[in-house]
Amino acid sequence: MQNNNNASNAPQTLVIVGATSLIAQHCARQWLQAGGIGRVVLVGRDAARLQGVADDLQVRQPQARIEVLAGDVTQAASIAALVQHLAAQGVPDTVLIAHGSLPDQPQCQSDLASAEQAMVVNGLSPVLCAEAFAGAMQVAGRGTIGIIGSVAGDRGRKSNYVYGAAKGLVERYAEGLQHRLAATNVKVVLVKPGPTDTPMTAHLKARGAKLASVEQVAQAVVRGMARGTPVVYAPAKWALIMAVIRNLPRMVFHKMDI
Amino acid sequence: MVAVRSWGRLSADDHDLRILAERPLAHLPREPGQHGLAFGMGRSYGDVCLNPGGALWSLRGLDRFIAWDEATGELTCEAGMLLRDIQRTFVPRGWMLPVTPGTQLATVGGAIANDVHGKNHHGNGSFGDHVQELRLLRTDGLSIRCGPQLHPDWFAATVGGLGLTGVVTQATLRLRRVPGAWLDTETLPYGSLGEFFALADASEAGWEHTVSWIDCLSGARAGATRGIFLRANAAAPEFQHGAAPKDRQRTVPFAPPVSLVNRLSLRPFNAAYYHLNRRRAGRALQHYEPFSYPLDNLQEWNRIYGRRGFYQYQCVVPRPHGPDAVGALLREITASGQGSFLGVLKTFGDRESVGLLSFPQPGVTLALDFPNLGDRTLRLFDRLDAVVAEAGGRLYPAKDARMPRALFEAGYPKLAQFLPYRDPNIRSAMSRRLMGD
Repeated sequence: MQNNNNASNAPQTLVIVGATSLIAQHCARQWLQAGGIGRVVLVGRDAARLQGVADDLQVRQPQARIEVLAGDVTQAASIAALVQHLAAQGVPDTVLIAHGSLPDQPQCQSDLASAEQAMVVNGLSPVLCAEAFAGAMQVAGRGTIGIIGSVAGDRGRKSNYVYGAAKGLVERYAEGLQHRLAATNVKVVLVKPGPTDTPMTAHLKARGAKLASVEQVAQAVVRGMARGTPVVYAPAKWALIMAVIRNLPRMVFHKMDI
Repeated sequence: MVAVRSWGRLSADDHDLRILAERPLAHLPREPGQHGLAFGMGRSYGDVCLNPGGALWSLRGLDRFIAWDEATGELTCEAGMLLRDIQRTFVPRGWMLPVTPGTQLATVGGAIANDVHGKNHHGNGSFGDHVQELRLLRTDGLSIRCGPQLHPDWFAATVGGLGLTGVVTQATLRLRRVPGAWLDTETLPYGSLGEFFALADASEAGWEHTVSWIDCLSGARAGATRGIFLRANAAAPEFQHGAAPKDRQRTVPFAPPVSLVNRLSLRPFNAAYYHLNRRRAGRALQHYEPFSYPLDNLQEWNRIYGRRGFYQYQCVVPRPHGPDAVGALLREITASGQGSFLGVLKTFGDRESVGLLSFPQPGVTLALDFPNLGDRTLRLFDRLDAVVAEAGGRLYPAKDARMPRALFEAGYPKLAQFLPYRDPNIRSAMSRRLMGD
């Protein structure tokens, strides 16, 4: 699977970090359905849960080689080892970094360990994963890295600013990485989904919130990564909503219960 | 709590909606004393999928394939899998679900719980006939594997069991080989019930799919019921090419204050549909999706019946009484001036269903939508019920929102045999209405 020349018809290698996330699973389904993927490596913490995802993808696309790679993606050393292991088998063409978890904001405020955990899972870990792959891709001179951020990173709000801060970190990082790789054939795509109908947001749905479908968001990720769009809001309406929220004067913003 | 509607939009009651995402699913989340019910796509018309005030366990997140055996055609998947996902994954590889209802936007779990049927019932039976094995999770944490050979009693209770025996978490289905996605179809206009039955009799042996649309308002004069008979077989391999139709999704944007299906629109629409299709009479090559699921590209079409929602009335009557009973039903409907764009009339094959409460039985089935006009509509249903009861027929629970308990008990003689298999902590609005709790 050493396809160093990026011929468009050569089977591609796809790596998904946080592959048990629902958005990631749907992205993988769409990529496999579109064809051209020869090998998929699913990375995450829980091998059994990853295998369940792998089985599903294997039924969907029997021709592709679906592999599972379990490891701790919150520790710098183990991230480096995982990526080194993967890159030794050929630098992947496409990497999606999809893991995250929506923390409980009040709990983060009362328990620093929860806040730390939320920061690590949603901010540090995706950034370090992206950094590790970016190095390998820059050497290979090609590839696309997709990172799932969040609209929550656009402005700190009392209802979820720990999560928002972590995602804001991801955004600033992606911006810098895009700057660094601007002259290369490595593309970095930051996707910022609005609230999406996944297990992570079940409690929002229970309160009657309107959520984007996971298929819709996955489609935006896949399309954005194919085009190399630097920042993708999914669905697109969130670009407008967040532009308004970012630009609200503090006086007005502080009166809002969001 | 979230307001949940079923497909008929007759009510919007609060439910404690829980998303089941844990894999593999080991227990059902429930507050002490609370009753729950599995929920998929909510495509059931009436109250079989609702549990007002209680928990609804959404299975839509559990939608993974688990295993596929190319040699036997056996597919194992989670119960929240959409029938459309199975079709779109396997039709290009030459395999298809042997039985589907008129929408692909239903889950495997829902198809089992309602033991759905399709246009090929006379050849292939109902959905449960093709389930090799399923896993049932009970609220006490017990997981039961069952199938036609393994614990067949649990299997017979769960197939068509309206979700009341536990939550189906995964199932193994046997797909069947098909030459491709294209069907060889024939459209035949008919002008009387006698003609319909003659066409049905003549078609069952040689045609895999048969169904007919009837103009539900044309039955005023005896023998004048007009309709369109459709039949189809898989097209021969040399015709299996061409691009799948584009996924042109349209959405009915909102529910108008009054039903768009009313006295003014009904007659012209049905007449136009009949005449349009009369001109199309004859053979044609058609992709299976528009043939089998004509409404799936019109999202939220149920809104056209307005804010008060609509009922569907689907009954089956034994074949010997078929012509008389269907004639009598259509006369009542015509006299009431209520009804929908097109009724569906189809003969079932001569076979028993797997499930104790499965709907299909040998005979003829009539299905019609009715905008909810309150008492007027309910009074019409009472008159229709009388015809069905006299003919020894029954109504389809997956579509029902109002049948009286007596009609349910008369139509489903195996009810007493079913009840011991119920999960004591699972209830639906329907179970309260038809089984007392």
